[in-house]
Amino acid sequence: MAETKSVEFEESVLKRINRILYRLLSSRKGQLSILLLVPILLGSLFAPVIAPHDPTATGIADQFADPGGETLLGTDKFGRDLFSRVLYGGQASITLGLAATALGLVLGVPIGILSGYLGGKTDEFIMRIMDIFLSIPSLLLALLVVVSLGSGMMNAVLAIGIVFMPRLARITRSSTLSIKNEEYITAAEARGESSLYIAFVEILPSVMPAIIVEASIRVGFGILIGTSLSFLGLGTQPPNPDWGYMVSQARTTMHESIWFVLWPSLALGATILGFNLLGDALRDTLDPEVTSDEH
Amino acid sequence: MVGFKEYFIKRLVYIGFTLLGISLIVFGITQLLPGNAATMILGKFATEESIQALEQQLGLNKPWYVQYTSWLADFVTGNWGQSFENNSPVIETLAAPLRRSAVLAFVTMILVSVVGISLGVLAAVKKDTPSDVVVSTASYLGISFPEFVTGILLLMLFTGPVFNVLPFGGYAPLSEGFVPWLKHLILPAVTLTFVLIAHVVRLTRSEMVDVLQSDYIRTARLKGMKERSVLLKHGLRNGLLPTITLLALDIGYLLGSIVIVEEVFSYPGLGRLIVRSIQVRDLPVIQASIMVIAIVYTFANFGADIIYTYLDPRIEYGES
Repeated sequence: MAETKSVEFEESVLKRINRILYRLLSSRKGQLSILLLVPILLGSLFAPVIAPHDPTATGIADQFADPGGETLLGTDKFGRDLFSRVLYGGQASITLGLAATALGLVLGVPIGILSGYLGGKTDEFIMRIMDIFLSIPSLLLALLVVVSLGSGMMNAVLAIGIVFMPRLARITRSSTLSIKNEEYITAAEARGESSLYIAFVEILPSVMPAIIVEASIRVGFGILIGTSLSFLGLGTQPPNPDWGYMVSQARTTMHESIWFVLWPSLALGATILGFNLLGDALRDTLDPEVTSDEH
Repeated sequence: MVGFKEYFIKRLVYIGFTLLGISLIVFGITQLLPGNAATMILGKFATEESIQALEQQLGLNKPWYVQYTSWLADFVTGNWGQSFENNSPVIETLAAPLRRSAVLAFVTMILVSVVGISLGVLAAVKKDTPSDVVVSTASYLGISFPEFVTGILLLMLFTGPVFNVLPFGGYAPLSEGFVPWLKHLILPAVTLTFVLIAHVVRLTRSEMVDVLQSDYIRTARLKGMKERSVLLKHGLRNGLLPTITLLALDIGYLLGSIVIVEEVFSYPGLGRLIVRSIQVRDLPVIQASIMVIAIVYTFANFGADIIYTYLDPRIEYGES
């Protein structure tokens, strides 16, 4: 009996995923986001295989070599290969965005579900604390955390994760509130299930659509804050490439070579655009009841 | 409106708690900074005795809550301490940069409102035509490029071989004339506008699309009103309410962006001061600047809430 149930369950989940993917692929925003993200993600993931040169090796060609010739995208002021640097830079920047979102989810989702499910004074108290975090502009809060912990990639992830926590907690909470009086929840309560069981086995799956939509938008925003920190010299540390750090380096020589500025900028814009489009397409596809439209 | 008054007071009390919480976060995080204030003031080569003497004098050996309450009491009474870097009072160090940032923020908000709302209305009126697509695509691109990328691309375009018409950065006070002042202000303001405008355009467009399909607009048109007055008199008035709230909320995002934008354009405002004081670990300046920004942000949110609640009769006063 239990077995048939789980087979049925798997089938319905697979069917659902299939349906969602189909709808995602048939929307224009979904198509565009996949067109942008797939090559960028693959390129960054397989950077060690694809990159023709060591991204930190100097003197690959003359400084500020134009694209074409010996190097695909040209070189920077130390004669380092820009194509290799953009690929490896993507690895650093995208990992940062993904890791920060993951951390934000780990912190924010349980807080949101418990706050929404327990309700009353607990809910009020938790949400007030979240509101306090929300009252400091994202970038400043991230800056403050990075400054006190020290610069570097790990601390940047931690900082952005903390920035994302209250936003994800809020979305999860509103979503929880909208379903907490559904029959299957009251049934679980009547069965005498514990609050933790109800929160994570009954509620979590139902609030997933809202969380997925929000998370996909967060990744793009995480990359944005992360590269901004690197631009200020507080994120990924040199000589390792990161798109933000690359642009900040290129700034001083922007009138000598446009390529040095242009490639990391384009890569950055295309990636964030891709995640924004993906978030929008997922919102249309999954149609969660609550979403945010803030930065 | 008794309900409104109660709501207003409740929100004010709540703001008090929020600001108290923020002050705890700001104080707590800055206490984590490596090296304490005494070492920062006296430098690396100070003797152990002189550091201990200064710690005693600054009260650094007292428990954290004593330090916090005395810091908070000082902050509330306007005694923000001395800057570690140049030894002048923090309030004086903050005043001029704060004024310059306020000017930049003000010009940006005007640009965002006027251009954003106009483009949103245009896109709604010309729904599904090429103009609509162009406006929507452009605003999408705006939010997808970080401030420092947009800023540097604009610098490349307007200060170099292509159009050498604007200064590379910096600031000129109004006393040196309107044109130099404007020339230094324009690129930072445009960069911020480009980043902020997308949400305003999108929201105005979707609200106006709804409003333009409503019955009373159809009635106004049937009555033979000119399209222009239909739009301005009936459309905008009803479609703009959510946009006003959004604009107030955008002030918060602007306050974060301004740090990056001022750094890119070497604009000597509060954002640049924060980055500078972080680099030299000027604790009192970091604390005070972040507090000022958080206070402005909190009151902007409060303003947005109050305007919305006051203008929209459907809303209930109470918890969200």
